[in-house]
Amino acid sequence: MSLLTCENVSLGYEGKTVVENLNFTVESGDYLCILGENGSGKSTLMKTLLGLKTPMSGAITLGDGLKHNEIGYLPQQTIVQRDFPASVKEIVLSGFLNHSGLRPFYNKEEKQLAKDNMKRLGIYDLRKSCYRDLSGGQQQRVLLARALCATTKMLLLDEPVAGLDPKVTIEMYELISSINKGNSSENKEPITIIMVSHDVQAALNYATKILHVSDTPEFFESKEAYLDSKIGKQFTNV
Amino acid sequence: MSDIIATLMEYMEFPFVRRAIIVGVLIAFCSSLLGVTLVLKRFSFIGDGLSHVAFAAMCIAMVLQFTNNMLLILPITVIAAILMLKTGQNARINGDAAVAMMSVGSLAIGYLLLNVFSTSSNISGDVCSTLFGATSILTLTDMDVTICIVMSIVVLVFYVFFYHKIFAVTFDENFAKATGIRAGVYNMSMAVIIAVIIVLAMNLVGSLLISALVIFPALSAMRIFKNFKSVVICSAAFSVICAVLGLLISLLQGTPVGSTIVAVDIVGFMLFSGIGTIMGVNRA
Repeated sequence: MSLLTCENVSLGYEGKTVVENLNFTVESGDYLCILGENGSGKSTLMKTLLGLKTPMSGAITLGDGLKHNEIGYLPQQTIVQRDFPASVKEIVLSGFLNHSGLRPFYNKEEKQLAKDNMKRLGIYDLRKSCYRDLSGGQQQRVLLARALCATTKMLLLDEPVAGLDPKVTIEMYELISSINKGNSSENKEPITIIMVSHDVQAALNYATKILHVSDTPEFFESKEAYLDSKIGKQFTNV
Repeated sequence: MSDIIATLMEYMEFPFVRRAIIVGVLIAFCSSLLGVTLVLKRFSFIGDGLSHVAFAAMCIAMVLQFTNNMLLILPITVIAAILMLKTGQNARINGDAAVAMMSVGSLAIGYLLLNVFSTSSNISGDVCSTLFGATSILTLTDMDVTICIVMSIVVLVFYVFFYHKIFAVTFDENFAKATGIRAGVYNMSMAVIIAVIIVLAMNLVGSLLISALVIFPALSAMRIFKNFKSVVICSAAFSVICAVLGLLISLLQGTPVGSTIVAVDIVGFMLFSGIGTIMGVNRA
């Protein structure tokens, strides 16, 4: 069974349909990139996949024992966060809240995992630093580490490189790609990635599947198929 | 110096002074805890707006000659808190303008009602003491003290038990929601608690000055500390120390309680800003 199946889903807000007839599946280990123009409904789709919105029609089913609170999420930065007095460690740990239920404190296991995730993303030395003093790329790593604490199966990334400079952007993409592939020697399982992006080039470099959201959404099992399609040609040649 | 201490000791003999200090400390403590979240979530204007609504409710209670004001003021303020939170989140209505409207509106209506229907012979005195707290802090009853203690315990337990969730909701509501934390419930509980604290604090500093108790400790702590836990702890300590200092000064000098506490808060804030700047220079 697929990790996530979208069947005839229509999305919209306030009674207005934005996207219709969305059909796609995500298998375990996939790297799906969701492309589309501004206002095409990418963010609405993201929110629906996270369970924050219900689709207007159609069904989104999670499979393979995946639950809604087991999806890690990397949201776009908000204004509130820019001058927020929080240490890196505090933020990363907050990723565990999805399965802590009513327990008011973090346990040892969670603290260890948070440490591992910080080391993995190269921010362990910054753990006591204040979030607002970090560079844009470092901040994204912190939020990514938090998302990793929330999941072992699937990550949803909303424009993960928005506002980053080209060098840091590439580092970020490499990091995401390594998370997707996993690392058997360090006992890291591959994690399925769903990424919303403007960046066609990155999608072609890293993704295994592409979903193009527009008036008539199209789903491609491989990037070669996307490159061959009419919409893909239009989009990659701009 | 020993004179001052002797005088203070003498004052402490009076039960009403002890009550005032207990209530002052508790209210300062609770308001500063919630203040951190309110300031960080850009909700500090809600505290200000609510205090004006509480003023209007107080005026209505006076006009209707309620024996127990709380029964009317508390529900009205809680409802206003929930309404303000909702409009604050609604992108279509301009949230801050709506709150400003409610806030000024209730101030005007409250004063108008009091003037037209009042049975009291000293309207301006009543208004002044509701707005600026005046001496009512020294006329607290044992009942008021008990309410304050119970309320503070509730706030403290809520805060400690849900500390990490409050952090998550404050830092990143979308992430919190996406990972299954019911952010709406937390926001709502915060709004209700802040409404209750504001109503209680009206006795202490009066409705115009309440926001100072909410805002100053959090902002001061944020000048120096760089992680959430230290900011929360520091702001609680800051608030309690300023409240005690302010109360003592006002006892000794006979100044109005509310404005003295706020004045001490301002001095504290400037001190912390200075320290923060120096520390920042050293770090850079």
